[in-house]
Amino acid sequence: MKILVCISSVPDTTAKINFTADGKSFDKNGVQFVINPHDEFSLNKAVELQEKQGATVTILTVGDATVDPVMRKALAIGANDGIRIDADARDDFFVATQIAKAAKDGGFDLVLTGKESIDYNGGSVPGLVAAMLDYGFVNGCIGLDVEGSSAKAVREIDGGKETVEVTLPAVIAGQKGLVDEAALRIPNMRGIMQARTKQIAVVAPEATETKVEVVGYVKPAERGNVTLIDKDNVAELVRLLHEEAKVI
Amino acid sequence: MAIFVYAESHDGKYKKAGLEAVSYAKATADVAGDTVTAIVFGNATADELYKYGASKVVKVDNAALAKFDANSYAKALAEVAQGDVVVLPSTNEGATIAPVLAYKTGASLVTNVEKSPTAVSPFTVARKAFSGKGVETVAVSGKVVVTVLQNAFGAKENAVSGSEESASVSVSDADAKVKVVSTEMASSDKIDLKEADIVVSAGRGMKGPENWGMIEDLAKVLGAATASSKPVADIGWRPHAEHVGQTGKAIAPNLYIAVGISGAIQHLAGVNGSKTIVVINNDPEAPFFKAADYGIVGDAFEIVPKLTEELKKYKGQA
Repeated sequence: MKILVCISSVPDTTAKINFTADGKSFDKNGVQFVINPHDEFSLNKAVELQEKQGATVTILTVGDATVDPVMRKALAIGANDGIRIDADARDDFFVATQIAKAAKDGGFDLVLTGKESIDYNGGSVPGLVAAMLDYGFVNGCIGLDVEGSSAKAVREIDGGKETVEVTLPAVIAGQKGLVDEAALRIPNMRGIMQARTKQIAVVAPEATETKVEVVGYVKPAERGNVTLIDKDNVAELVRLLHEEAKVI
Repeated sequence: MAIFVYAESHDGKYKKAGLEAVSYAKATADVAGDTVTAIVFGNATADELYKYGASKVVKVDNAALAKFDANSYAKALAEVAQGDVVVLPSTNEGATIAPVLAYKTGASLVTNVEKSPTAVSPFTVARKAFSGKGVETVAVSGKVVVTVLQNAFGAKENAVSGSEESASVSVSDADAKVKVVSTEMASSDKIDLKEADIVVSAGRGMKGPENWGMIEDLAKVLGAATASSKPVADIGWRPHAEHVGQTGKAIAPNLYIAVGISGAIQHLAGVNGSKTIVVINNDPEAPFFKAADYGIVGDAFEIVPKLTEELKKYKGQA
């Protein structure tokens, strides 16, 4: 079984988010980039399938050469090789087009992604890829078993969970729960050394139309300073919540 | 041409997020000088939607839509929602349908919008980005599919006179690419965390799962849902479904009360959309106080029961 795991390179959660002076893009200066947290669960699931069922795991990232360290980390976790689409991850349609093409060209049985990236919060790419390829699409996946040419998945739904079946090839968007938190692999020395020589094929992007134009970014209005209430005057909090905040 | 909206419903009842989506469509229609057509699968009644601004309600009754499938639902919506703007709630269901619908209709996709659009041509709108640390404004030409962030816009009554009609779609069981084997819903008396107006949340400061009674009591008097930080979900003190944060749920209630949670950035990423944040913690240096509107420094085991008492008095329940 050939698995394609889509990895987004995103700013570390603790990074200060700033935008360029013209407000049109994210300011990458001084920012540490990491594997998108949701993608980590999908990557670990793929490596589990590699170890248990002999699957091969290829990671794919859309980005310029600066995403190489993040890809090497994913390779160190256990992926076999990688594909880097040499372009900025411009918008969801662009990214999905690249993934769909690679998935089809490479004959991948399973396309695993994270449910959403923590930078642009789109959550669009997995579904777009599935639609472009006319594959089954399972979103919010918190459990996955693959047997032959079909998969049984558990997905989180509003207010509960659902067990589903889908024939391969399929697109699965994973999240926390897809593998146990405790089972998330940390690259060891051997993994990191091996990752240095694993193959990353660099591929030119396929052009797409840009239909969504970014007008600009702003930081949201800051909350004011906290109003501290004395622990012996809890009634004051109730009053403020009613009269000032108007939430009760 | 109308502004179309998928009014998500389950078992004959509209989801709160579905009503929010209709309100959003109405606000969009007002900007466009247009009207709202709501699409309903199943048997929820049309007249409730007139209250939220839908002047036309199209009911689709098709057995193949009884169980959810992204491809089937997207195909059905593509057939009945033939317009330049289609609005869906950003629920699990809406977020799963939207990309497939966008591709099928050649529309652009804008997800997690927080405000009504300032223009419709091009469709110019603000959306959530950087896990709440940024707001992105985009402008889209041509057709657009929009998903509305839950609890960001609100279900606003804006009654219009409306009419109902039926539509059929050419969807059959063969269109389902993902077959539902079984569904397990959380107990129905629990308030859905993503829909709740008020959420009471607790973390490691509670010292053990046996101490959660006072959190549940506080939630009960407020009619709130309960949530938790990641560490206590990971060690099994609370169910995973309660975990709010970067890899848990992202919520945006009117009021978020955090008890014994220090306020790590990963946690804030899941709750920074809350309108009002109250932090109760006995560590005055807890980072959460910097992200809070109101705070009490002290022992939660004393403060929380007092807060519950005061709330009961306030609500005339004492």
